[in-house]
Amino acid sequence: MSCNPPAKFTVNGMARTYTGDPRRSLLDFLRDDLGLCGTKKGCDHGQCGACTVIVDGRRINSCLTLAIMQHGSEITTIEGLGEPDHLSALQRAFIKHDGFQCGYCTPGQICSATAMLEELAQGWPSHVSADLQHIKLSDDELRERMSGNLCRCGAYSNIIAAIREITEATP
Amino acid sequence: MFGTFDSPDQRNLLDRTGQGIIGKGLDRPEAGLKVTGRATYAAEYRPENCADGVLVTATVAQGKILQIESEKIEALPGVLGIFTDKLMLRRPAQGTAGRAPAQDPRQIEYHGQPLALVVAETFEQAMHAAKALCITYERHHDVPYDPETAPSEPAEKPIILGDLDEAMANAAHKVDATYETAGHASAAMEPHASIASWQGDDLTIWGSFQMISHNVKELADALRIAPKRVRILSPYVGGGFGSKLGISHDAVAAALAAKALGRPVRVVLTRQQVFTTIMRRSETRQRLRLAADGDGRLTGLGHEAWVSNLPQESFAEPVTQATQFLYGGENRKLCVNIARISRLTAGSVRAPGEAVGMQALEAAMDELAERAGLDPIELRKRNLPSSEPGKDRPYSSRMLAEALDQGAAAFGWHERQPKPCMTREGEWWIGLGVASAARVNMLMPAAARVRLEPDGSLLVQSDQTDIGTGSYAILGQIAGEMLGVPIERVRVELGDSELPSGAGSGGSFGASSTGSAVFRACEAIRDRLAHRLGARSDRLDLRNGIASSGERSAPVAELLRGYALEEIGRIKPGKTQIDYAQASYGAFFCEVAVNAFTAETRIRRLLGVFGFGRVLNQKTARSQCLGGMVWGIGSALSEELSFDLRDGRLMNHDLEQYHLPVHADIPDLDVILLEERDTAASPLQAKGVGELGICGTAGAIANAVYNACGVRAYSFPITPDRLIDRLPEPLT
Repeated sequence: MSCNPPAKFTVNGMARTYTGDPRRSLLDFLRDDLGLCGTKKGCDHGQCGACTVIVDGRRINSCLTLAIMQHGSEITTIEGLGEPDHLSALQRAFIKHDGFQCGYCTPGQICSATAMLEELAQGWPSHVSADLQHIKLSDDELRERMSGNLCRCGAYSNIIAAIREITEATP
Repeated sequence: MFGTFDSPDQRNLLDRTGQGIIGKGLDRPEAGLKVTGRATYAAEYRPENCADGVLVTATVAQGKILQIESEKIEALPGVLGIFTDKLMLRRPAQGTAGRAPAQDPRQIEYHGQPLALVVAETFEQAMHAAKALCITYERHHDVPYDPETAPSEPAEKPIILGDLDEAMANAAHKVDATYETAGHASAAMEPHASIASWQGDDLTIWGSFQMISHNVKELADALRIAPKRVRILSPYVGGGFGSKLGISHDAVAAALAAKALGRPVRVVLTRQQVFTTIMRRSETRQRLRLAADGDGRLTGLGHEAWVSNLPQESFAEPVTQATQFLYGGENRKLCVNIARISRLTAGSVRAPGEAVGMQALEAAMDELAERAGLDPIELRKRNLPSSEPGKDRPYSSRMLAEALDQGAAAFGWHERQPKPCMTREGEWWIGLGVASAARVNMLMPAAARVRLEPDGSLLVQSDQTDIGTGSYAILGQIAGEMLGVPIERVRVELGDSELPSGAGSGGSFGASSTGSAVFRACEAIRDRLAHRLGARSDRLDLRNGIASSGERSAPVAELLRGYALEEIGRIKPGKTQIDYAQASYGAFFCEVAVNAFTAETRIRRLLGVFGFGRVLNQKTARSQCLGGMVWGIGSALSEELSFDLRDGRLMNHDLEQYHLPVHADIPDLDVILLEERDTAASPLQAKGVGELGICGTAGAIANAVYNACGVRAYSFPITPDRLIDRLPEPLT
């Protein structure tokens, strides 16, 4: 089974073309076709957030979209945010604060937090924002905005500590 | 030296070594791989020509298969085969089983049981074909679905001491209450997955397992092949919590299909299949009877529990495990009764026994404190026995009173209003609660290899797994500390069945057991280095690659003379496990807010104070405690497996309907780790910590709910519907 015309997009800055089975999710394309297994499959139903990637600057569950739908997109996965010897500031903070245990939800947490901080910077309100015009940064804001990313090891306090450190470092 | 652990190791060697890394909150060595997505989990190996398999599960609870309409499905694009081999598993294996669980899926025992495997070239083709496969059943009727109405029998011999009924009749203060706790799912974030690849008669499985050496035996037994033909690789495991102690359907099905097709096959359970076929924690009903004299000293203690499982399963949630040793009371009745019903297999889910037993016991203790007019902390301290009731053996070490006192000071316990409904903030009732934490400690057989390389660097190897617990970190720290090697020069390799058998990750015993094996391997290497230096090994100082003793000193690399030193350390449980009552202890302090109108409960503060012997790594140990406390919040407020009593179907079989705590549910949790050395627990003086954080948390939360709004919770989780009709009038 293949799709025509092909979908052309970039993943971590590299041009990619998809012409395969139209049923293939973006998640499975990243993992099985590109070998970018940092994006995790936890539920395949958009219920856990382990497959979070950043598409055109917005975080999405990559299990809830198809590879063929990505034509023209710029996709960033965890592999595009840093490498073991070139970590992003947030990745370093996750290590320092032990913001993970088994590590399976971690790439999703980090991709989600990376895009979430951008949403905050752009002034997007959330369910817990008291004032929709002027968003006051608080732990409650961070927790609300990160609640789509489940962590069964229960590293939540440490994850928030890691994200908080980044928000405090950036004025 | 290489045998059983028979007498306490009072040398406390790790306090006299000089490297200074043991106990430190060092980063995990694999952290860089995990935060960049480079750590490779089971489903992510990509052997050439690997096909994908999807399991098909039963839509009836009991019966047998009449027909599988496979012809149409086999003709679908990409489909390679439909497998219904009688060696496929009907149930997953219990922890430490070491042999195959129930096989032959054609007989159906529970709703959602895997029946067949559909294999295709791609995942999409396999999924499509699996969904299209029609199976007709002969359905059995009169199936026992309801644990409340199914007959039950004692799971083991009850513990009966003295006369509990008489103690209750004569008590100055007493509690007789029945609690219910819902069933729980482990719900590890990584679904169970296996990739099977055969090289002739040899099988390699990349899988997600907690106890490799047992899993090799289970898999070999299931496939009717010799264990030496099976190699398992699980270097990274995306959470376990008991669900990956034994093998499950994916591994056996993948191996059988790969053999038949002559190519590698990957089978990953869907999230729904993880819920419907992997171990559940049994729901429980628990009757607590507490009898006390006028001073609040327990004279009687009854803890009777009713749990469930499938027929023939030996596992019964050991609900009364901690009740046996935690508090006094000479007249006792403790027992667990089991009903046989048609639900997925019940087995170990994080802290089997204490996770649900402690929350009921601690809620009952709070009620007794109120009736006796005592502070709940004082009641607990008055009832700490000097030796284990009924067995008269000493406690190895017990930091429970210290945990209660230090926690009270740190939390501001004195600000608590003894009477409920005294604090209101807007529409929220505010309350504080306390509970003890306790979890049995176990040492398990373990082996590990330590190799001191000619350049003075270290390699530590074991089939021990790291399921997020911190095995990579702490095993390296133990070896580096013992042999004076900086942590940057220590490498740890785990999760490969070809390496010496560690204890595996379960029952909180992985770190202390496999860590003790590493310790003993290092001791043997220390002896050899001391000999070469011409010194006594008990006076040998090793730090930063230099060996010294008194006047003598030499670089370790020089003593090695160009050759590596390698030793395998072993440990087995011995007399210390029999001579001492061993457990990890702690205390929980909680502040909740209960909405006066909606009955929603929010956790405002939660503090855990824990004593579990030597802390091997402050950072990873604290994370274990935090994780357990999050589980405790889940079991207190939201987690509940719901079964349809008409057909046995698990209704909330995904992460949308089964409510794990999310970020928004968890405030900043606090943890205090107490300094302790337990010389009888292990040569490391360390005990288990992986499960302690859940053992009593929900009790503290329930007690805080009562203190807030005056409603005792007898049914967990404490969802709004369980509280709302008993809340006080909100507008007074």
